[in-house]
Amino acid sequence: MIRVVNVSKAFPDRIVLQNINAEFEKGKTNLIIGRSGSGKTVLMKSIVGLHEVDKGDIYYDDTHFNSLSFNEKKNLRKEVGMLFQGSALFDSATVEENVVYPLDMFTNQTRTEKIERANFCLRRVDMENSNNLYPSELSGGMKKRVAIARAIALNPRYLFCDEPNSGLDPITSILIDELIKEITEEYGITTIVNTHDMNSVMGIGDKIIFIHEGKKWWEGTKEEVLHSENKEFNDFVFASKLAKQIKLGG
Amino acid sequence: MLFMLKVFKRPEKGWIFYREMVKEIEKLGLNSIGIVAIISAFTGAVITIQTAYNIENPFLPTYLIGVTARDTILLEFSSTIVALILAGKVGSNIASEIGTMRVTEQIDALEIMGVNSANYLVLPKIVAAMLFNPLLCIMSIAVGITGGWAVGVFTGVISTQDYLDGILYIFIPYYITYAIIKTIAFAFIITSVSSFYGYYVSGGSLEVGQSSTKAVVYSSVIVLLFNLILTQLLLS
Repeated sequence: MIRVVNVSKAFPDRIVLQNINAEFEKGKTNLIIGRSGSGKTVLMKSIVGLHEVDKGDIYYDDTHFNSLSFNEKKNLRKEVGMLFQGSALFDSATVEENVVYPLDMFTNQTRTEKIERANFCLRRVDMENSNNLYPSELSGGMKKRVAIARAIALNPRYLFCDEPNSGLDPITSILIDELIKEITEEYGITTIVNTHDMNSVMGIGDKIIFIHEGKKWWEGTKEEVLHSENKEFNDFVFASKLAKQIKLGG
Repeated sequence: MLFMLKVFKRPEKGWIFYREMVKEIEKLGLNSIGIVAIISAFTGAVITIQTAYNIENPFLPTYLIGVTARDTILLEFSSTIVALILAGKVGSNIASEIGTMRVTEQIDALEIMGVNSANYLVLPKIVAAMLFNPLLCIMSIAVGITGGWAVGVFTGVISTQDYLDGILYIFIPYYITYAIIKTIAFAFIITSVSSFYGYYVSGGSLEVGQSSTKAVVYSSVIVLLFNLILTQLLLS
């Protein structure tokens, strides 16, 4: 479980997050949703430590993340996997080398064991037989799959996905969403997904947090979305005519 | 300063550092052999011809052409001018590579994994250049002097014997040490300055291009400044 308590963050020119409180549960797909520029990526990067928060506390289970030393954070990060918006695969490395990389860095496994683990992770994301391809030879969806394989190579306890569907067609988006959900449940990972894709919200949102103008406005499950009374949340979720009709219909 | 403190930490795994360093030797060093050899050969040739036309005096021995070519190549060309060429080639390569990694979140991915990204990406480049550039410098000296000899003999401005006499005339071996010391210092400057500009880029491809230009300009200026300082320190 990951918990954020009263987290605030400002950049020199603007306030991005204001007193955010949230709990992200283990074995569930926790979604942070909101419009572009609402602060959800900053919140995620603050949780993983890529941004220092100005105020508030972040807990990974019982560990107070803010007060960890550099080396303690480094050790904790070995239990964190992250899927970036643009996949962030290493351009100069093959698919296999990308997945093997964290194993090279943080395990003392033999070469054979590492390749076996990489192949297992690649099979898990349906990317077997692509070991020798370079990222430039992969489609957007394939890159995301490889990035997921790299993120789970070290059996992480926490998985962060920053807009995993951006740039993907609806069918591939659903496949990636399902993959994230399956992996989360299979390995009991605490997964946090940043998204503004309503298909994801209704498909995999075990727990949803809505951020608007740096504040948390709504929290609930995908089943509760249709019954929300929060105006800002409804304006975001039911922005399209079709969605409004669905809401009115029940 | 903080950046260099991050860079000069102990690598996570020795064998990974070694593997990356070998890759960088190929990328930054071996791939520069061609350009350094071509420029050295032509510059050696031009120095020889220009010197020959400038000392058309019957009272001056022709072996002075060889002396001038040798000293110009040894003292200034193969260390400083080659460093400026490498600042353009290698510096822009490093800044754009690291800059692209920054804007495509590859550096963030390394940090999330708990990897010291500055150390992992930059230290192998610095060490590789500091190890390999002296070899490029020695090669440049050899090719430059050979280029001068070939063109001198081909155009008839100097005989092989006179050129060799000039090359060996009051030869001071310390000049080679001087050239290598300067080359090592310049290798450090080029790789660290370029890495710095790549590492701290933010934005998109436009900013990566700008950082690449800045890397070349600033490393060239710093190379020239340190050329002055090192010359004063090492030759005075």
